[in-house]
Amino acid sequence: MTTTTRNAPAEVAEYGVPAASEVAALISNAPEPRPTLLRTFNAMMAREFRVLRRNSISLFTRAVMQPLLFVFVFAYVFPKIGGGFMLGGGAAASSRAGAAGSINFATILVPGLMASMLLMQGIMAVTFPLVMEFSWQRTIEDRALAPVPIRVLAIQKIVAGAVQSFLGACIVFPIVLLVHAAGQAPHVHVTNWALFALILVFASLLTASLGLLLGTLMDPRKMQMLFAVILLPATMLGCVYYPWSALHHIRWLQIAILVNPMVYMSEGLRAVLTPVLGHMPMWAVLLALVGGTVVFGYLGTRTFTKRVLN
Amino acid sequence: MTGDTGLAIRTEDLRKTYTAKGGDVPAVRGIDLAVSQGQFFGLLGPNGAGKSTTISMLTTLVLPTGGRAWVAGVDVVADPVGVKRRIGVVTQNNTLDMQLTVAENLEFRSRFFGLSPREASRRAAQLLEVFGMADKRKSMSTDLSGGQAKRLLIARALVHRPDVLFLDEPTAGLDPQTRVNLWDILRVLHAEGQTILLTTHYMEEAEALCEQVSVMDHGQILASGTVNELKEGVGAETVITVRYEDLVPDDVTAWAGLADRPGVSKVESEGDHVRVFTREPEGVLGELVTAGSAAGLTVRDATQLKPSLETVFLTLTGREYRE
Repeated sequence: MTTTTRNAPAEVAEYGVPAASEVAALISNAPEPRPTLLRTFNAMMAREFRVLRRNSISLFTRAVMQPLLFVFVFAYVFPKIGGGFMLGGGAAASSRAGAAGSINFATILVPGLMASMLLMQGIMAVTFPLVMEFSWQRTIEDRALAPVPIRVLAIQKIVAGAVQSFLGACIVFPIVLLVHAAGQAPHVHVTNWALFALILVFASLLTASLGLLLGTLMDPRKMQMLFAVILLPATMLGCVYYPWSALHHIRWLQIAILVNPMVYMSEGLRAVLTPVLGHMPMWAVLLALVGGTVVFGYLGTRTFTKRVLN
Repeated sequence: MTGDTGLAIRTEDLRKTYTAKGGDVPAVRGIDLAVSQGQFFGLLGPNGAGKSTTISMLTTLVLPTGGRAWVAGVDVVADPVGVKRRIGVVTQNNTLDMQLTVAENLEFRSRFFGLSPREASRRAAQLLEVFGMADKRKSMSTDLSGGQAKRLLIARALVHRPDVLFLDEPTAGLDPQTRVNLWDILRVLHAEGQTILLTTHYMEEAEALCEQVSVMDHGQILASGTVNELKEGVGAETVITVRYEDLVPDDVTAWAGLADRPGVSKVESEGDHVRVFTREPEGVLGELVTAGSAAGLTVRDATQLKPSLETVFLTLTGREYRE
């Protein structure tokens, strides 16, 4: 048995056959595999970070553009072109909150846009790749063959998605603080950093779990429905652009949107970032975020395992 | 019976039935396999025979609905993780990680199996060198040709020195040259003691590579043995098929003078064709042509198959092999 030389052109190498002695060495010199749950999990996370690093520019652009344009239009352009245009909502919110002075729209937007970014990134990071992995070539089988139970793979996908979601929200933070017209700076005041971090972490896990569930339930041919049926309503009716308390004027809507997990993310962040505005009680926020993570995480892991194992 | 019999693969009445809207669809209807260590075993059958479902059950990616299976002595249902530690799988589809480079595909697979980053990168380099892909190391895996992707899939299945290597239709869709090249690689692996289970719908692939073959159709094993045993087991007959322009009369055996001919074991006629199974094929074809023209039948085409897995399949199922 012969083998082509190492430096042969690609066409020749394509048809080269490894020599028996080389294959023997390949088998006898193989390092002893010693997988553990933790090692495999860490290796899968390392893989995610390698991919994140490789795609960092496009991911960064994706994470920055939406919030940047939003605050530019709402906190810079609108105040410049028609001062009183946005005040109605702000005034209603401030009167409800009982806060004195001016509450500008930027203040309302800071927590809202962060929550919106958490959802976008969580879904983009988990749902889209998952739909790809399940369709066409079923590349999911690559990692399904790793020596861990399938549910560990599902949990790993949630954790990796949550990391991206978390990073996405962190990128929004400086943008919403810095981009605004003169005198339109948002009133952000974090008194409890631990609570802020806790809410961010659970909101990230919640969106990634939801992303996993959607990714395993979605029909790849109906992906565009995701925007119309999930992302758009969740954002528009998710207290991103108005505080929940201000909805007391439309009581039925205020009650109806309680099924939307976005509401609790926006309101939780509102409570820790812009406490001058009225917000939901913290116990309700935490209950919904933790409970939602558990429920979506459980359902997502279950449907994921079913999809992988046919 | 437990799986601890020293066999590399063993199944007992293994079944898979899919539940669909229109009713249950049985994909595998109770098969028994026994593959010993170091063996090159082939599961041969046409598309849709249940081969892929079988290999997916053995590699823990499909849950059986009945029976049992052990790989390297480990029960595939009770301990799927234990099985996954001991097997390498070359999937039919290109399941390379599209987000990673060629080398990274091997590195991360190694790390999934517990190697340190340093060991993993050394192992990847070693595999790429042996498989002649060292120059492709930094290419994205999406940029590989079909043959290169398949080689990388094989290399990836070997990162952790698996007890059993599974290959699902490894050469489907490859050009003939690349196919022969992959055969050579598999032969070398087998010569080095690697246990291999391969599914294929190519007769010649099973004949060229496998020591032991099970012929599968409609979710069942029709026959098992070495290629020679299979040929002898069903009589090692030549199968001659003649197709005419018109329908063939019923009394074909007498009509073509085949009834008393030595060596003929079976004559079938259906519609426009006659099929003769014989140990002594000399002259049979000529006789069918002559007798046909005497009866006013024009020959449209004629085939004479020497004893092969194809005639085995024909004899077992009464149907021509559809690839």
